[in-house]
Amino acid sequence: MTESYRDQFAANAANGGGEGPTWLPALRAQAFERFTALGFPTTRDEDWHFTSVTPIAERTFKAVKSAPTTLTLTDIAPWLVNESWQRLVFVNGRLEPLLSHFSELPAAVQLSTLSDALREEPEWVKQHLGTLAGFDRAAFTALNTAFMQDGVVVRIPEGECVEVPLHILHISDAHAAGAAVHPRLLVVAEAQSQVVLVESYVGLGQASYLVNTVAEVSVGDGARVDHYKIQRDGIEAFHVSTVQVTQGRDSIYHSFSYAAGAALSRTNVYTKLLGTGGEARLNGLYILDGTQHADHQTFVEHLAESCASRELYIGILDGSSHGVFNGKVYVDPIAQKTDGKQTNKALLLSDKARIDTKPQLEIFADDVKCTHGATIGKLDEQALFYLKSRGIGGENARALLTYAFAAQVLETIEIDSLRLLLERAIFARFTNLALE
Amino acid sequence: MSSSIESLVNKEYAYGFVTDIESDTIPRGLTEETVRLISAKKNEPEWLLAWRLKAFRRWQTMTEPHWPNVTYTSIDYQAQTYYSAPKSVKPLQSLDDVDPELLKTYAKLGISLTEQKRLTGVAVDAIFDSVSVGTTMKTELAAVGVIFCSFGEAVQSHPELIQKYLGSIVPYSDNFFAALNSAVFSDGSFVYIPKGVKCPLELSTYFRINAADTGQFERTLIVADEGASVSYLEGCTAPKRATNQLHAAVVEIVALDNSSVKYSTVQNWYAGDKDGVGGIFNFVTKRGKAQTNAKISWTQVETGSAITWKYPSVILQGDNAVGEFYSVAVVNNKQQADTGTKMIHIGRNTRSTIISKGISAGQGQNSYRGQVKILPKAEGARNYTQCDSMLIGNACGAHTFPYIEVANNTATIEHEASTSKIGEDQIFYCKSRGLNAEHAISLIVAGFCKEVFKELPMEFALEAQQLLGISLEGSVG
Repeated sequence: MTESYRDQFAANAANGGGEGPTWLPALRAQAFERFTALGFPTTRDEDWHFTSVTPIAERTFKAVKSAPTTLTLTDIAPWLVNESWQRLVFVNGRLEPLLSHFSELPAAVQLSTLSDALREEPEWVKQHLGTLAGFDRAAFTALNTAFMQDGVVVRIPEGECVEVPLHILHISDAHAAGAAVHPRLLVVAEAQSQVVLVESYVGLGQASYLVNTVAEVSVGDGARVDHYKIQRDGIEAFHVSTVQVTQGRDSIYHSFSYAAGAALSRTNVYTKLLGTGGEARLNGLYILDGTQHADHQTFVEHLAESCASRELYIGILDGSSHGVFNGKVYVDPIAQKTDGKQTNKALLLSDKARIDTKPQLEIFADDVKCTHGATIGKLDEQALFYLKSRGIGGENARALLTYAFAAQVLETIEIDSLRLLLERAIFARFTNLALE
Repeated sequence: MSSSIESLVNKEYAYGFVTDIESDTIPRGLTEETVRLISAKKNEPEWLLAWRLKAFRRWQTMTEPHWPNVTYTSIDYQAQTYYSAPKSVKPLQSLDDVDPELLKTYAKLGISLTEQKRLTGVAVDAIFDSVSVGTTMKTELAAVGVIFCSFGEAVQSHPELIQKYLGSIVPYSDNFFAALNSAVFSDGSFVYIPKGVKCPLELSTYFRINAADTGQFERTLIVADEGASVSYLEGCTAPKRATNQLHAAVVEIVALDNSSVKYSTVQNWYAGDKDGVGGIFNFVTKRGKAQTNAKISWTQVETGSAITWKYPSVILQGDNAVGEFYSVAVVNNKQQADTGTKMIHIGRNTRSTIISKGISAGQGQNSYRGQVKILPKAEGARNYTQCDSMLIGNACGAHTFPYIEVANNTATIEHEASTSKIGEDQIFYCKSRGLNAEHAISLIVAGFCKEVFKELPMEFALEAQQLLGISLEGSVG
């Protein structure tokens, strides 16, 4: 199945994919070889036990035909979250300069496309690109590396603080049908810097396409990166995403992952705490219906002393949807004084919905405090009864409790406009009412 | 704190002696001939030999599983001996015929096969290497219709029951070690509790490996007929030897409607020395199936073995069935344990409880691996899981691999896990109250395991607590 991509890879290399510094085609070729050697994962793979990617593997997704989009600012306005943010807008994997707006940044901050960065600072890019997100054992990351198109490079120099969120918006429309896009993101936040990133994936219409994204994030000593990923891909789409983070001393990486779109989605958030006192906060919310399948994997590697990790993942499953959560925490022998806490909760709204969850702890140090908790169930009958006794009955009570279930993780969103947007969307979805 | 404990604790494994007894041992190696030989030695009916051979052929096509979180040098199945029996045991009419050497062995182990045991109200089946050497209190049990005897004896006297239930819970094709056991199993215990009978005594089997380079492959089958109830205990020890010995047992529990089976294990096989030389590989398949309103409860205290690899499971087949799993697993020095349970909820309103306490010391690696599976028809199923790990020393590891698979929205699942160091402030507090460090630790550990110990029958609870103290010796430094 992987062989069918060989012609595409050759064609790609011949027209444009081979551009850039000499090391790049070599990296692509190496990644492609690895991809063909690994093949698509199967459910025999422990990490893919509950998620079959057969629907992706049995098709060959083509490259998108290049054509400038006809979408206007008005068309994309609902997806902008906040129009004042700096933004890069990609339609079907291709940067749309007319829809984008990213010139108002502190001079030292670099926000550019991958191709620009490769032209201007190839050596710097070489030092980082592909070094964080290894593809030795990850077929989708290898595939992305082989085919990565115009990506985004963010570099925040030492001590610089970017207060306004940077928004990277990927839109797929009818032209993406049958195609694959491989977006790439490289974020380097140097020591004591700060940045807030919002990555959005949006599908317009019913097209079936594949988004296979890889983000590499390096958080320097004392730096802080807030990373929001909002996935609202089309209902027929496939979405695979991997975020690989490394964290320095006293750094903070805060991730929030929202998944409501795609027929089949897989979201990996992996972080390595390499320096003393680092902190990882990984939160997520997935809301599924119909026959949707969403798989979230987190992996926190405590590789230094006195680091903390906090995780909260919430799932709301309706219809005959299928949710999967696998949270792994590894504590290295040297990572004494580790403080890890992981919680995942799932609410099953229908009798056909199902959830498979596997919270996993691997601990090799003794002076640690690690806990995980998982709960699965339907709405609390007693809470429903209480609301009823207060005059809120039936559907309203259910809607309110469902919304409240999601709200516990929405509270962790620190950008007001984004939190409100999601709160409203979720409130409306379950109550058919508008939230003030 | 370290020196006082160390001096107190470096006690030797108390059961590491070898009994010098003449035994009837078949040559090493495993072929179809070996299977036939074992079957012939036990004078088995044709159907049982056929079943063994089916299992053996299936086993040959299987590969040893390597997914558990343990490492060991590979096992040479041809270098093992698959049958060893004390020579004097053969024409056994009553306990008086038992070789006095054997009785001495059991007395040394604290298991009395003669009169005294009567006082404690426990019936014992003692298994020495591959065969049962005696079962006590048979007449008392026969009075209420309870069958409690060695497996080999049951094959002769109650073939219809064996044929009906053998392999019904753990089929010979279940896994690599179960297939191996099905092919070469030597002896074990058989229990049948008739309809509506509450077994008046605790039943107990004591397993002892004595011969060198032998594997022990016992098979236990417990059948609780409708409305019956029984409590069954199992204990095990082995001599200290520098080579690893394989123990691949299978336990099957059949719990028919409204019955209740409680199965307790105190596993204290030889764990190897400080450097991890020798010790038993304990690769065991234990499973029960609970029908309507039936209850199966597993309690295990795992202190021995170089490697423990077992998942006592319950298939909650009938409506309102209950499954319980209480476990304390201790690893010290270079021991490794990958243990846990499976609760498969099939019937409506089935309930399961899992309490697992792992204690890691020295360079021990302790993994909890468990599965809670709620099938679509299991309306109103309920599971509560708590797995806690305690780490003593900075070279050990504690791991948790819970699989929770839910396909019914009326199910309620709660899972909690925690890992922490033994509390320094707790030790400090105890010391301020005049306890020394060793007592403080055993007090804290006993408190940590209390929820499990209280599930054990009293004699076993005391033994377990002492065992725990001994296996943690030298671990605090």
